[in-house]
Amino acid sequence: MQIKPVLTALRRHKAGTVLIVLQIALTLAIVCNALFIIHQRLQHLSAPTGIDEPNLFVIYNQWAGEQKSKQEIDAQVRADLDALRQLPAVLDAAPSNSYPLRGGGWDNFVGLTPDQVQPTSDAAVYLGDEHLLNALGVRLVAGRNFRPDEIGTLGLREEVHPAQVIVTRALAQRLYPDGSALGKPLYSMSTTPSTIIGIVDRLQTQVVDDWQLAYAYQSMIWPLRLDWPSGVYYIVRARPGQLDAAMREAPKALFALDPQRIIDPTDSGSFAQIRQRAYESDRGMAILMGVICSVLLVITAAGIVGLTSFWVGQRRKQIGVRRALGARQRDILGYFLTENLLISGCGVLIGLVLAVALNLWLVLRLGSQPMSPAYLAGGVVLLLLLGQGAVLAPAMKASRVPPVEATRSV
Amino acid sequence: MFGYYLNLALRSLGRNRVLTTLMVLALALGIGACITTLTVLRLLSGDPLPGRSAQLYYPQIDPYPKDGYIPGQSKPQENLTWVDATRLFEAHHAPRQALVALGSTKIQPREAGGRPFFGDAVMTTADFLPMVGAPFRYGSAWSAADDTAGARVVVIADFLNQKLFGGANSVGRTLRVNDHEFRIVGVLGHFSPQPRFYAINLGRSYGEGDGLFLPLRAARDMELMPNNISCWEAGDIEHLETAPCMWLGLWVELPDAAAVANYKRFLDGYVREQIAQGRFHRTDTALPDLMEWLRIENVVPDDAQLQAGLAFGFLLICVTNTIGLLLAKCLRRSREIGVRRALGATRVAIFGQFMVEAAMVGLAGGLLGLVFAELGLWGIRHQPAEYASLARLDPGMFAFTFVVALASALVAGLLPAWRACAVAPAPQLKSA
Repeated sequence: MQIKPVLTALRRHKAGTVLIVLQIALTLAIVCNALFIIHQRLQHLSAPTGIDEPNLFVIYNQWAGEQKSKQEIDAQVRADLDALRQLPAVLDAAPSNSYPLRGGGWDNFVGLTPDQVQPTSDAAVYLGDEHLLNALGVRLVAGRNFRPDEIGTLGLREEVHPAQVIVTRALAQRLYPDGSALGKPLYSMSTTPSTIIGIVDRLQTQVVDDWQLAYAYQSMIWPLRLDWPSGVYYIVRARPGQLDAAMREAPKALFALDPQRIIDPTDSGSFAQIRQRAYESDRGMAILMGVICSVLLVITAAGIVGLTSFWVGQRRKQIGVRRALGARQRDILGYFLTENLLISGCGVLIGLVLAVALNLWLVLRLGSQPMSPAYLAGGVVLLLLLGQGAVLAPAMKASRVPPVEATRSV
Repeated sequence: MFGYYLNLALRSLGRNRVLTTLMVLALALGIGACITTLTVLRLLSGDPLPGRSAQLYYPQIDPYPKDGYIPGQSKPQENLTWVDATRLFEAHHAPRQALVALGSTKIQPREAGGRPFFGDAVMTTADFLPMVGAPFRYGSAWSAADDTAGARVVVIADFLNQKLFGGANSVGRTLRVNDHEFRIVGVLGHFSPQPRFYAINLGRSYGEGDGLFLPLRAARDMELMPNNISCWEAGDIEHLETAPCMWLGLWVELPDAAAVANYKRFLDGYVREQIAQGRFHRTDTALPDLMEWLRIENVVPDDAQLQAGLAFGFLLICVTNTIGLLLAKCLRRSREIGVRRALGATRVAIFGQFMVEAAMVGLAGGLLGLVFAELGLWGIRHQPAEYASLARLDPGMFAFTFVVALASALVAGLLPAWRACAVAPAPQLKSA
């Protein structure tokens, strides 16, 4: 296939050619970046929490009625938990101050010495009793769980620094990179040490924002029952397949024990709901980008079909002459495919520059991450294929122009 | 003449139904996406108090310790400590001013057996509601004397009045808030500035609004905790009034530029005085007005900007696409143009004819785009974001849709129309 005649012909269709080039370039720039954003968001929202999500739900129990003393609250929390654990559909339940993906909560600086000025790292603080590991369904990979006699209580405005702490593998690695964390101390905004008695495989923190990614799995568990007058979170793990039943029974059991409470639906629910709540903006963005990408590709393809069809119609006579002079059908087909490849090639080259520029703007303006070249490569292949696919129908039509067309005057 | 062009345009568009549909659809999608994202952007960057926002200012200072301070590279803090807030407040350097903090309160319905529920409460001072122009349905705001006396009075929002008293005049009745009796002195009419500028740095930013407005001192007397407390060193938050913690906002009303300059001088003077006393170490102060404050607080999320940018890129591609298709269409009609030119049509006439055709495409695209925009906004209203329920097309945006549609179509039509009127009649006629 000779390229020179194609180029000569294109010179006679400058405006149309430039428009297709421009359209392909813009489409490539947007599609590459959109695909990159989709991938990032999907990756973000599918990060595992490390807990038994399918069977978990959370109840945020707020205390209503006359204000109770700390002892009264503690007794009520224990009674609530006993009632929850006795429900047939419930495997285990534990009190806590928060849960993974909650969107915000307690986190502390952690250091290795009592007089450290610059903390070693930052970790989410989860409170709980000896049932918490089982209630969450996290796996203990080293050391042991809390014993019942180690569980303390935390009242309003009390500052308690427990002697034992369970940390995640990520936090253990950050504090003691040589892997010797078990049995070692950590200092969490206090001069009293907490000994690491256990290490769990994985437990995500409460916040899923981008700035938090570096700390996403640095959590620690303190053996404390939360006895604040405002309220407490109950982490409840249903027996496999009995989540719905457990979610129905649990509030009933709690209200039967004491009706003076409020269960806040915006901060409670099954873990599927919690996950959805935490990542809704990510999912929304991914869907939107997906829709925009597909519509853009369709529009660009339609534009190519439209212009090429027009060109084919315009050149019927010339095609007939070529056919009469011995060109085969596939020569004509090849001609239009090559023409499109040249145009798309130009568009893709300009589009690459635009895509990188757009990504740079996103990095500078909105603090997103730099795009990996794989997306550029993917986008280029996608658009070249799209161009060839779009031009196929008009090109086939052109190849079927009979040689006799050359003899017609129009 | 125009009628004739219209007729010609309709015929021409009708002849290539697929091509016309494609152009209109592409344009409509681009416009729909643009209008949807722009509506959201406008909603997010809107003025919560039109007419008043230019007079409301938010003083900022920085009580942080010296450690890590690099002059010129630090920004004043978002909120004030109790000590600074009350000192600035009591200096009375503005005609009207108000302290604001946000809390969550437990409200006990009157009737027996009613379940208590939680409601957002604004702890503030007497001038707040009049200063921001909140309309009263019944009663009025409390007085400055109530502030100093720590009187247990409360102003409730219309939706709370509806829920608790069925919308009746409840002034003079009592409301049980966090187990304390408060006397209702006022019921608001609809008051829901979007975004809730006074609450942005204190907790929430969009949505229905706050149910309760109570005097700061009375609220603190019953130990109502603010939602947002940020401390720069370990402090006893049981005694928030003395702790090294910031949790209050101060809004001042400054009627003109002289008053603003005056207040800024006062603020700088206050900070210098505190530095001289050894309480402060940082000189930075700021006095943004309401809209500037919203910009500082970054109320428009990055995602919304990204979406709007993307929608414009999308529209650009759609316009390019329309140019290409219109061009193809009009070049195919070279012979028709040649005949018209030979019969005496001027170049201007041909240009006009093709621009009318483009405008028709634009109009159709705009109409359909409006449908897409409504669909898009409907989709956004079903999103769980705080601002979602407010995403609606207002008359301004409605008109703007057609401006965008016509402008895009006319821009798209320029090149093809120009090419059309440049067609030389003779060769076209000869080859026929």
